[in-house]
Order: sequence, then C-alpha cells, then structure tokens
Amino acid sequence: MSVTRRDFIKTNAALAAATAAGVTLPGIDKAAEADDGIRWDKGVCRFCGTGCGVMVGVKDGRVVATQGDPDAPVNKGLNCIKGYFLSKIMYGKDRVTTPLLRMTDGKFDKNGEFTPITWDQAFDIMAEKWKAAIDPEDPKGATRVGMFGSGQWTIWEGYAAAKFMKAGLRSNNIDPNARHCMASAVGAFMRAFGIDEPMGCYDDLEHADAFVLWGANMAEMHPILWSRLTDTRLTKPGCEVHVLSTFENRNFELADNPIVFEPQSDLAILNFIANYIIQTKAYDEDFITKHVNFNKATTDIGYGLRPDHPLEKKAKNPGKGKFHKIGFDEYAKLVSEYTLEKASKMSGVEPEKLLRLAKVYADPNKKVASYWTMGFNQHVRGVWVNGLLYNVHLLMGKIAEPGNSPFSLTGQPSACGTAREVGTFAHRLPADLVVKVKAHRAAAEKIWNIPPGVIPPKPGYHAVLQHRMLKDGKLNAYWVQCTNNMQAAPNMNEEGYPGYRNPANFIVVSDPYPTGTAVSADLILPTAMWMEKEGAYGNAERRTQFWRQQVDPPGEAKSDFWQVIEFSKRFKVEDVWPADVIAKSGHAGKTLYEVLFANGQVDKYPLTELQEGFNNTESKDLGFYVQKGLYEEYRRFQYEGPKKGHEMAEFEVYHQTRGLRWPVMGGKETLWRYREGYDPHVKAGQGVRFYGKKDGRANIIFAPYEPPAESPDAEYDLWLSTGRILEHWHSGSMTMRVPELYRAFPHAVLYMNPLDAKERGLRRGQAVKVQTRRGEVETRIETRGRNKLPRGMVFFPWFDVNQLVNKLTLDATDPLSKETDFKKCACRVVAA
Amino acid sequence: MSAETRPGAAACTTKGWFAAHKWLILRRLSQFSVIGLFLLGPLAGIWFIKGNLASSLILDTVPLSDPFVLLQTMFAGHLPETTALTGAAIVLVAYALVGGRAYCSWVCPVNVVTDVAAWARRRLDLRGGVRINRRTRYWVLAMVPVAAVATGVIAWELVNPVTLTFRAIVFGAGAAWMVVLAVFLYDLFVAERGWCGHLCPMGAFYSIVGTVSLVRVSARDRGACDSCMDCYAICPEPQVLSPAVRGGETGAGPVVLSPNCTNCGRCIDVCAPDVFAFTTRFNTEVDDGDKAQPEVMRKAA
Amino acid sequence: MSDRSQPMDRRRFLADTARAACGVGVFGLALGLMAGQARSRPAQALRPPGAGPEDDFLGACVRCGLCVRDCPYDTLKLAALGDDVAVGTPYFVAREVPCEMCEDIPCVVACPTGALDPDLEDIDDSRMGLAVLVDEETCLNFQGLRCDVCYRVCPLIDKAITLESEHNVRTGVHAMFIPTVHSDACTGCGKCERGCVLEEAAIRVFPRHLAKGRQGDHYRLGWQEKAKRGESLVPGLVDLPDRLPEFKP
Repeated sequence: MSVTRRDFIKTNAALAAATAAGVTLPGIDKAAEADDGIRWDKGVCRFCGTGCGVMVGVKDGRVVATQGDPDAPVNKGLNCIKGYFLSKIMYGKDRVTTPLLRMTDGKFDKNGEFTPITWDQAFDIMAEKWKAAIDPEDPKGATRVGMFGSGQWTIWEGYAAAKFMKAGLRSNNIDPNARHCMASAVGAFMRAFGIDEPMGCYDDLEHADAFVLWGANMAEMHPILWSRLTDTRLTKPGCEVHVLSTFENRNFELADNPIVFEPQSDLAILNFIANYIIQTKAYDEDFITKHVNFNKATTDIGYGLRPDHPLEKKAKNPGKGKFHKIGFDEYAKLVSEYTLEKASKMSGVEPEKLLRLAKVYADPNKKVASYWTMGFNQHVRGVWVNGLLYNVHLLMGKIAEPGNSPFSLTGQPSACGTAREVGTFAHRLPADLVVKVKAHRAAAEKIWNIPPGVIPPKPGYHAVLQHRMLKDGKLNAYWVQCTNNMQAAPNMNEEGYPGYRNPANFIVVSDPYPTGTAVSADLILPTAMWMEKEGAYGNAERRTQFWRQQVDPPGEAKSDFWQVIEFSKRFKVEDVWPADVIAKSGHAGKTLYEVLFANGQVDKYPLTELQEGFNNTESKDLGFYVQKGLYEEYRRFQYEGPKKGHEMAEFEVYHQTRGLRWPVMGGKETLWRYREGYDPHVKAGQGVRFYGKKDGRANIIFAPYEPPAESPDAEYDLWLSTGRILEHWHSGSMTMRVPELYRAFPHAVLYMNPLDAKERGLRRGQAVKVQTRRGEVETRIETRGRNKLPRGMVFFPWFDVNQLVNKLTLDATDPLSKETDFKKCACRVVAA
Repeated sequence: MSAETRPGAAACTTKGWFAAHKWLILRRLSQFSVIGLFLLGPLAGIWFIKGNLASSLILDTVPLSDPFVLLQTMFAGHLPETTALTGAAIVLVAYALVGGRAYCSWVCPVNVVTDVAAWARRRLDLRGGVRINRRTRYWVLAMVPVAAVATGVIAWELVNPVTLTFRAIVFGAGAAWMVVLAVFLYDLFVAERGWCGHLCPMGAFYSIVGTVSLVRVSARDRGACDSCMDCYAICPEPQVLSPAVRGGETGAGPVVLSPNCTNCGRCIDVCAPDVFAFTTRFNTEVDDGDKAQPEVMRKAA
Repeated sequence: MSDRSQPMDRRRFLADTARAACGVGVFGLALGLMAGQARSRPAQALRPPGAGPEDDFLGACVRCGLCVRDCPYDTLKLAALGDDVAVGTPYFVAREVPCEMCEDIPCVVACPTGALDPDLEDIDDSRMGLAVLVDEETCLNFQGLRCDVCYRVCPLIDKAITLESEHNVRTGVHAMFIPTVHSDACTGCGKCERGCVLEEAAIRVFPRHLAKGRQGDHYRLGWQEKAKRGESLVPGLVDLPDRLPEFKP
C-alpha cells in the first residue's frame, strides 16, 4: 500500500472532520471525468478470488468501458480475458427486470408459466410461504426455511442475509456456494490454526524460491497470479516449479517437476514428504518444539452421503472430526508407513519425481510457497489433505514469513470477504464465531441487540444437505441468491432438481439472468449486479476492496440485500420468535426490519454521508446509508467479539484505498500473520504465535490414506473430474453472455486420452454420451488441446448450461467440511 | 405453319393435351428429379446422392463424374483419382447408350431456361436476331481445353452456365442467377436457341459422346406426315430432322442419326399423325406411305 | 439450287468460320484473363486440408462440392459466383468457421479427383495456411494481459503455438506470455483466429505463401548448424588460455 502512515492518519482525521460537518471532501473520491465524457471510478473485478483492481468507465448511465487499475497492487493494470470483458457482463439481452412468478389464471401454480408480478406481490407470496413453514415455538428454530448464498455476495449482502436468517428467522439453514469451493480449506484452517484464511499474501509470489501447485490450475483459474508466479520463475535464479495434478493442465507448461498422480493419492504423497523430512532429520526442531502440537485424526469417517448409503453404514466413524493429541514419536511412526516406494506405487509417480518434491520442502534454504484450489478442497478427504500440507510446512517451520507460505487460493471474488468472514455458513457467525459455542452466540446476540436464545445452537443444513432436505420435503421455503446452484451442485438428477420441483416446496431465486437455477424455481427475483450497487469484496489474500454504485440497475432489479431487508419488513417478531424470548426482549410488536436493520446501528448513518455524484439505490430507498451501517455493525464483531485477528478499518478508508489486507491496525495492513514484526497480534519476543489457538500452537494432524467414495470399475471404467476453464466464469451465466467469450469457447467438450478414445472406437470431435450411475450427458470428445488426460481419466468442464455435467457427479462430500468431491467419480463414455 | 397456330395445337386436338406433352412432362420430371435428388440431402437429410453434376456419389458408393469437366482438369495438368475416372466412365457409357445430348434435354437445368425462352419467343412472335453458326459450339469446345492448358485452371468452369446454375441450385445461389438471366435474355432477344443450339460446348461435347448412341428417334411413320411443320417449329435442333423425315424422297433411313438430336421427344409430342417414335438406331423399319412429299421437303430446306 | 449460290455459300462459310473462330478466340482470351484473376484468392479464404498450391488446385478441383457435403462442422463452403474465390471451389474463412481437424479427414476422403491429396492421412500434416500474429499493438498478451485464447484453443497447443514468457518491465512482477506460432506444426486450421476476442483478430491465418518468409541459402545460422551436427562444423579448433592478473591471498 502506497499511503504512508502519516497520510493515513491525516486522511482519517480530515475525514472525521468532514463527516461531522456533513460535507464531502474535495480531491478525495472525486471521480475524474475525462474529455470523452466517461467518468472513471475505482472498482474490483467481478470474477475470481484474485481481486484485480479495475477502473470502471460510465457514460450516460451505462458502464461503457473498464480498465485494469495500473496502480492496483495485485494486477498493476492487467486483467485476464474475463476481466477484459467486465463492461459487457451486465448487458446480456435477457436480464430479468421484473419479479416472475409461476402462475396459472392469475394465481401461483407450481407448474404454471413465469408471469411478471410486482415486488409487493412477490414479497406477499414469499411471506405467506415462509410463515407457513415457521413455527415460532419450535425449540430447534426454523428448520423448514432455508437460504443459499454466495461467495459473490458483497460483504454487506452476506452479512444482512446471515443476520436475517440467524437472528431474525432463527434458522441456521443458510449456506453459501463457498461450501462447494472453500469449505475444506476453512475446516483445515480452523483445525490447524483456529483462524480462517491464509497467513501469507500474494507477495509470497515474489519471495518464494520454489512453488508447488497441489490441484490448482492457476494458469487458467488465477491467470494474473500465474503471471506473477511465472515472472518469479523467469527472473529468479534457481527458482523451480512443481506441479501436481491428476491430469496435465496448463500449469505443466512451466513445470520443472511435472507430476500426474492417481486420484486421491495426494494423501499418500504428503505423508511421504512428512516421512522424508523426519527420516532425514530435516525438520525444524526448535519450531516444532515451540509452536506445534502433534495429533492424529479419527479415521474411517465415511463420505458425507445419505446415512442409508452402504458406504456410510460401513464406515466406523462417519462424520467424526475429532483429533487426538499424540507425541512427535508417534507421529513419526504413523507417517513412517509412507515410504517412497509406497507413495510411488500408490500414486503411480516415478520415485525420482517424488523425491525431488520432498527435497524442495526439506531444504531449509529454499522458501516454498504451496498453492491449491479445488484439487484439494473438492476432495472426500479435503480437510485432511489441506491439513497434511500444513503438516509439511509446520515440520519445516516454513510458514507465516515471506516466501514460505501454504496458500489456499479462492475461486470466488468474496469467498473470503463475504462467505467466510461474515458468517454465511450453516455453522458460523461473523468474524470466525460459530453457532455451537454459547459464548459466541451470546456475543453475537449482544452486538445485534437481540435477546439470548434467538440464535439456534445447532448448525443448519449445509449446501448438499439442503438439496437432500428439499427433496425429502423437510425444507420447504427456500431462497437462493447470487449463485447458480442447480447447475453447480452435485447429483442434480437425484438430489437437486427433484427438490426444487417438489410440490411441497416454494423456491425463490434472485438472479440477474434466467439461469438454470432460476428457471427451476417458482419465483425469480430480478437482481442488481456488480456496479449496480455499492459493494465490497474480500479476496484470497485478505484484501478488502470497496466500490461505489456506478450505474442504476435495469427495470425493477434490486440488489440482494435490498431484497432481504425489504422482506424482513414482512415479519413481526411474533411470527418467528417464541413468546418467552420476545417477553425478555422488549421487541414485542416490532417487525424484523425494526429489530435487525432499523436498530439504531445499521440506520445510524444519514444519507448526507453518501458520496456526491453517485447514486445509492438501497440507501435512498431505506433512508439511511445502509452499506455503512451494516459494515460498521459487522466491524463490532471484530473488536468486541471473543476472537481477535479480523480487524478492519473504518468504512470510508476503503473508499480511499485500493483495498487493505486485514488485520488492519494502527493504520497498517498485515502481510504475514502469526509472525512478530508483521502481525500486530504477536507480541515482541514471541517470534511466532498461532494465536487462533489458546496455547498459541498450530496443530499437525496425522491422517492416513483412505480411498475415494467411487472408483472406476468394470462397468464404469473411467475417472470423471469436472472443473473450469479460463474463458468462462463458473456456470457461465455471465461469460456465456459475452459474445467474444462465447465464441472463444462455445461448448463444453470432454477431454480424453487419445488412446482411451481409440480403444472405444471414438474419434476426436465425435458426439458421445458420458454416463454415470446417476445420469447421462451428451457432448463431444476432445483428445487434444489444453488438457492432456492420462489413460483412464476424463475431464469435463461444467460452464455449459447445455451440458449439465452435474447430472453425472456423485454427492459424496468430505464428511468434515461437507464439500463435494467434484473431481472423482466413475463414468463411462459411449458413442452417442 | 401459321404464326397464329402454336406448334402441337393439332396434336392436342387429335391426341389430347397429355399425349401431346408426354415427353415434355417426362423430361421436366427428369430434370427436376435430378435437382430434387441432390436437394434431398441438404434439405431433408436424405443423402441419396451428394455433390453436383460435376461429380457426385450415389448412396455413398457409386461415383459419377462429368467427363467434360474431368477432361478439363486433365488438360489443366491434373491426373484425377480412380474414383473420378470410374465416375466419368459410368457417365460416358450411359450417355453413349441413351444419346449424348439426352444430357441436355433430360438433365441439364439450363435447358429449362432456354426452352422457356424459346416458348416465349414463339408466344411473343419474336423473329430474327443474330445468326450464329451452329458449328460455333465446336469452336468453343476446342477453346475449352486450350484455355485449360494455357491457364492451368479449368477455366471454362468459371463461366459454364450449366454447372454454375446447377451448383447454385444445390449449394446456394450467389450471383449465379445473373448468368441464368443472361442466358435467358440472350436466347429470347438475341439469338433463337442461341445458347444450347449454337454455343454450349457441353452440348457439343455430349453430341460427340452420343455419335453412335443406341436410343434414337425414328420418323418411322413418315408416310403419314401431313407437312404441318410443327416438329420443325418445336425442335431445338431442327436441322437434324430433315434427313429422317424427308428420307422417303432421298432414300435415307427414318432414324434421326445426327448427334445433335437431344432425344427430347418433342417432335413425337407435337406430331398429330404420330410420325415419330423412340427406338434404337438399328431399327430402320419405316412406313413411307403412298404419298411423296417433295414440295414439302423443298420448303423445309 | 442454283450454281451461283455455291461460291456465295463457300464465301459465307469461310466468313462464318472466321467469325466464329475469332469470336471464340477473343472469348478464350477473356476467359484466360479471368482464370488468371481467379488465382488471386483473398488472403482470408483458406483451402481444405490436402489442397495443393492454388494453381494446381484450380486445375484439379471439379467444383463438385463433395468435400463441402462431408464436412461435419459446415466449415467448408463452395464459392458462389460473385465471391472473391474461384467460383465453385471449396474454401473456408477461419474467422467465421475454422477447421476442426477431424481425425478421419472426411473432406479429403470425399474428394473424387484427388484435388485434396488422398495421401494426407494425418491431419497434423495438413497445411491449410499459417497463423500469423499480425498485430502486436492490439494483441492483449503483448500488453501483459492474460488472454492467450489463441494458444489454448489450438489443437496443437505447445507445438503450433507456444507462449514465450517475458518479464513485464512495466509492472515489474508479472510475466508476459507472448503467443508464438511455429510454422513446422501449424496446420492453419484457424481456431486461433476464430477464438481471438478482439473486434478484429490480431492473429490471422493466411495461405502459407503469404505468411512465410524465406532466408537466402547464402547464409546459415551458426548455432543451428552446430546443433544439427552435434559439434562444431570445424572440429578440433583450440583456444589458448587468457592471461589474467594473479591474486595472492
């Protein structure tokens, strides 16, 4: 960050004065209007977790151009090809501009046609359905209502939704799509360090001497970070890149040590590396004595399937996450089983390659940065495998300092900032608190000024469970915002679609576009996106970035949090809270809106604080600066909650900076956490302190190899892995509407080894059916191009709405993180 | 024949309209069937035959190639693959049997255009125009390989109205309709039967192919001829008729032996006394009747 | 028939013949000129796989359209009259529909005359054209952005197009990925040109004779020759040691 501490304090002081006086500052935030009549203002890319800074150009009420912000620290003016087309994503021809309800003869009909209605009508029918599903006196809370959110929600959208569900409706049945994406990483962070999110930052990309990619196709999924990594490889003598994947992806082009391993055997490889480090006595004895506890995980934990599934019945400890403290020697003994020979045999990787990899970690003079994304997280042992990597870094003390960095990359622009940080998971509350812990609930209830006992203690339904409960008719009023979960969630045929169309359920989907999810619903709400609202995202390196509303949404479209807040007006506390709780609260007779949002905190900041020259639709509707109110209330969790380490700066500061990495304290960002000198929470003399744990020690947790839920057999003879491509963002609902991106990659194809194709009598480009035990999808096969598959494996991108890949996938999850393994199931391929 | 009486009017009266148009209808059916078969693929997905008149494939097995086009590629310096040579051989044999210029009257799409032009010429009573020697087509035919050799390109195919038209119908038009229009206007206003009967080197080529063809028209009842002259009026190559029709006088056989007879059968249609019939070139059976027709023949000459 | 008419007829015959010959001759000349023009095919019109040099192809192709019919992706079309391409010949425009490089090369199989070389059995050996990155000023990768769509859509990725990384001096921390076409592998299928996300493609496929330069035979690149030989072309040359100041510790 280029603002010096002095500037920072000066700016803050000036701002405080200006705010008090109700004037806006000259020179600050005054967006320049160029000669061509385009007004440029700061924004952030809508797509991945990299968080590239952009400038957004507006003319005549329309975003007409964008540019990479040349001074943004992440991307220095660069963008990937999706970012290049940001200005076109809001202007697809089929934007939803009015609420649409399935109706026949003017009445709601589950099998009716989508018919335009007003917002009032939409909220009327929603309130009716929600109230019918809520019993205020139910001690378990409202388990028959639910919400599915997003790592693409802005920070206050996630915060408002979580608060509405947990503190308003008394339901923990809210989960974000980050469950499909980051949940395993979160689980491992919490188990190892007690605080979510990486300790390092993107600067590690320049500091490291060696890079190891574990199931992260950075070359395509984090294109700008990849160009930083490549630059270091290019310019730093001796720098090497190790790439591990179950097939050859674009990373391999740069790989000094390319490793294609048998699916699931990453567990064995990581234990081998730990074993190697111990056998060669390379470990940092001082570090592990001072900063590490050794543990072993409960094993045989099942696959997160329905309880009546044979695999769950067979498992000894289904879903058990407990781990037990052990000594170093026992740990050493446990990993000693994973010899080079064994790891090589299990993974199918040549011993030399594994040895070279182990040596990089074991070399005390090499700074190693490890990166991973969905290869680790979408894994039936995702939490374990994340943890096994921490084990390796912790054994060597290669952590929490420049260049030594195990770094979980996020796929979504605000998987960290929103989904993880403000408590949108079924088990979480803002700022790393969880619903299970009474003190955490109490802290939340205090900050929210609601009576004790409102927040239910039991975690709600997670993403996959929500679909199961919808299908089973136990979840009846369901609201999806800002995500395309019908296309994204696993096993759509058996779990997803039946739940949406279950006559017992009422499904609402808020989206700018008629996605597969939206058209499967009963009510579609038109939604403002990206620059049509004032927003904030938090990227993978803990950087929080704000933007102002640049243009007005089309038609009747409104932002997600406007929808939540307006909907809260439809409930009286009597509709949702038990009488005894209300009696204690002093909130009797109030609406949830009054209790949650017009509560003296969220509505504290007047409209006069809005930046001149910019609209703010929600604030003007509600009569107060709602984004600031929500954000400042959320910030109380960081300072007054029981957990430290999440501190952020005041609201206005973010409008004046290009994003800041939390904890932001004393006017400074934090680049490396847990290390003295870098992290304000580590006291002088402590050196390193993992303060997320009470004893300040991180956990090394041994976990063994356990097989995947489904493997190829005689009938279904191929591994099926799903994933993404650079040109399209997730389900393609935005990028497939950009003509140039559509043209660049119009239809999904099935990547396959040419010999596998030949063996089946299939030619490149031929139409084929991909079949699993759950469904069948037609596509064409590709035996060339960007992904080179090993024998016995196929890769199928899921962006294409015309090829619903998740009809094929199995809803097996990591039983600890509940994150689906989209990378491993068995399929066969036959001519169409 | 009077200008007021259309050729075939008498035949219509005596034989009825259908009998007086039988071969015309059959030819049109043939011509449109050929187009239809080729269009069946692109329009209906039924791939009975693929390609166009230059080269095609029936049921993905039997190749057909136009020998005229193929010869041009050979003159242009390319030795075609066996497939094309086989296809050309099949076509050659077929036309050697049914009459070379049967191609013109039973297959060629331009024939429809020039027939319409000729009909319009009669209806509008347009007479005269440029006189072109019928042998000119052989000069053009000689020029085609010369052009191919000289340019190394099958140059004639750049302008050949026959292949242009057919390709336009089967593969999409482009500006080919202008060529069709040009041929039509040329035939209508500039020269009677100007294209097919005088210039077209394809017709010239197929006339050579059909020099010894089996199927021929015979004026076998020429004794019944009432000298109405309708056959001359309707015939696209009327010069081919005289030897056979007036053979009674000269002693020539009744079979129309000129390779430029297109076997169109219109003489059969329009002849009220049914003088003509299709037969083989070896069937010289004839009924000269008792009337000599020297005057008539002289007029015709 | 009168006797007088005979010389008249002969004269007329001669005159007619001369007229016909001259007329046809003039027409033939015009036709020759047209044929010459037909050879000048526009740079964006590419021939199907297996088509030889344009001169040979125009002599060999009978314009039957069988290749067009058997193209499963509707890539190929027949030039209609009025197109800039020799009428009736098959071609494709990469920016519109590129060649998908079918393994079984159905267009070549369909060709009855051999205008598309029946000896072409591996589509990788086809040379429909050559991709050229024509505009470095607009190519996003040359500005440091991460587009490289042309690279990723290339069926011969890492062979026909590679990304050559360079340090981005402006940002100081990013690499630039320069798409680089290799003529020994590029088939000219046109997927790159089709994929280019710019308003006008910065990478285009041209017929090879337009796209490829040629060095003179009078000069060789020394390091390449050495690599080919595996040793210096003049082995056994020696180098004497350099005199350097001696340091005494």
